[in-house]
Amino acid sequence: MKITKVEALANIATDIRIGAIEQIYEAQSGHPGGSLSCADILAVLYFNQMNIDPKKPDAPARDRFILSKGHCAPALYATLARKGYFDKELLKGFRKIESNLQGHPDMRKVPGIDMTTGSLGQGLSVAVGMAIGSKMDSAGCRVYCLVGDGEIEEGQIWEAAMSASKNKLDNLCVIVDHNGLQIDGNIEEVAGLVDIKEKFESFGFNVLKINGNNIEEIIHSFEVAKTVKGVPTAIIANTVKGKGVSFMENKAGWHGKAPNKEEYEQAINDLKLQYII
Amino acid sequence: MNEDKKIATRQSYGEALAKIGKENKNIVVLDADLSGSTKTSIFAKEFPDRFINVGIAEQNLMGISAGLAAYGKIPFASTFAVFAAGRAYDQIRSSICYPNLNVKICATHAGITAGEDGATHQMLEDISLMRTMPNMQVFSPSDDIQTKWLIEEISKIQGPVYVRLARMATPVIYDENQKFEIGKMVQLGEGTDASIFATGIMVSEALKAQEKLAQEGIYVRVIDVHTIKPIDREMIIKCAKETDKLITVEDHSIIGGLGSSICEVLLEEYPKKVTRIGMKDRFGKSGKADQLLKYFKMDSGAIIEAVKDN
Repeated sequence: MKITKVEALANIATDIRIGAIEQIYEAQSGHPGGSLSCADILAVLYFNQMNIDPKKPDAPARDRFILSKGHCAPALYATLARKGYFDKELLKGFRKIESNLQGHPDMRKVPGIDMTTGSLGQGLSVAVGMAIGSKMDSAGCRVYCLVGDGEIEEGQIWEAAMSASKNKLDNLCVIVDHNGLQIDGNIEEVAGLVDIKEKFESFGFNVLKINGNNIEEIIHSFEVAKTVKGVPTAIIANTVKGKGVSFMENKAGWHGKAPNKEEYEQAINDLKLQYII
Repeated sequence: MNEDKKIATRQSYGEALAKIGKENKNIVVLDADLSGSTKTSIFAKEFPDRFINVGIAEQNLMGISAGLAAYGKIPFASTFAVFAAGRAYDQIRSSICYPNLNVKICATHAGITAGEDGATHQMLEDISLMRTMPNMQVFSPSDDIQTKWLIEEISKIQGPVYVRLARMATPVIYDENQKFEIGKMVQLGEGTDASIFATGIMVSEALKAQEKLAQEGIYVRVIDVHTIKPIDREMIIKCAKETDKLITVEDHSIIGGLGSSICEVLLEEYPKKVTRIGMKDRFGKSGKADQLLKYFKMDSGAIIEAVKDN
């Protein structure tokens, strides 16, 4: 039976999840929770939305992606390898001394990484810079920036939001991976963000609220964002931290912890069951 | 040195930007609500489409600059030194230096000579903070001519750069034909009684001291250190060998700045006593720039004293 485009993308998201868990298990270090929550968003961006060519990772007119929540590098590395930017075998080197796959993304070491990130809160300003650059040249690039919901506690995010709006960056789309958890617990209990949608709206964004683990809703939101003129778009993607691995789902404890052998095997089993065939 | 013609290096910067902006359309200038003071307003007036004011948001200033550089532009980012090097330190570290992006940070109002605004606005640690970062090159030009040369020069080199500029107007030292080279200190005078390594606006103070000392039969050379990093090791060793005393002068803390840079080289290559003139591990205060230099013993009088001191 032939599967649909949406089902194919869901399977790619599962590939990304499995790739991320394999890296973290192999390294015995890394961040599974957020890597799993954002996998569907990455699958849609890299396999459905972005104007990119893995053979020309530096093409000037390409669309850009910034993983501002850089600790979810395993998901990005799995995506880039799946897309063909580099050999999948290299994923085994994640976080190891002989490898180029650093704990957080490094644009100088890995093809396909558009910006080095790691210190939270900085990616959106960089995305604003890229979007302005593209506008200056009328190059037509779209710039996507994925931030964590905990990450937007950083003040610089709101400095950047102001600039995005002031400069009318309709080629900029920020996606908030809203899984509700950060290292020390629930984001409301830790920091009190209150209404993320209202915040971005008050900064002048076109705001869409979606299920960020639903491929159809993700595609639709990016399509809508492309039609909006004169303002940037923020997609508040409600996601599940640890999505797809039964014992990791909605557990802050799996933010930055590697699974042991039994946990790893169960995680891979859980994920493989999700393939649509 | 022409003491009648005084120009602040921030003014020279603004004029140089407008000039290189005409020649290179890839140059973009950013400011954080201080364009009138940093003099980026000169560029903004001529090239409004390539000028971005981010408002009072220095972290964002550095981040947007990083994005423009990653995209392929040549961004010049300006604000006061205290906000550039201090407030946005991590942005410079993580988003500019680590990815080795081509951002030119040109910070004005450096040092005690920021003056009346007081300690919160007197950046005395920026050389120290900036030179420890891998990939970063650090410059501190001494006069109008040198600043204009430097700004054009850094627009042609790849990678992150920090340029330290002053608020206070200081004498024009060089004539238009003077040749400079990145990483090469300029030796002014052949005296062997002392070498005075000075940087930025302190070069003119050192030259004043040199002139007065000569009247008393004491002959010193002044070394203009416009490039703090990479440091000119050869010149330091040469002067240590050729002159009796070694003195460093900076409008900056004596911790981590020019004095420390010189001492690091000497300790490895040619150990010799050094006297460091600068801020001695304390914060500044409000006052006029020239009053403050005197008050904190950083003026030509203090240099003369250090040369004569046994």
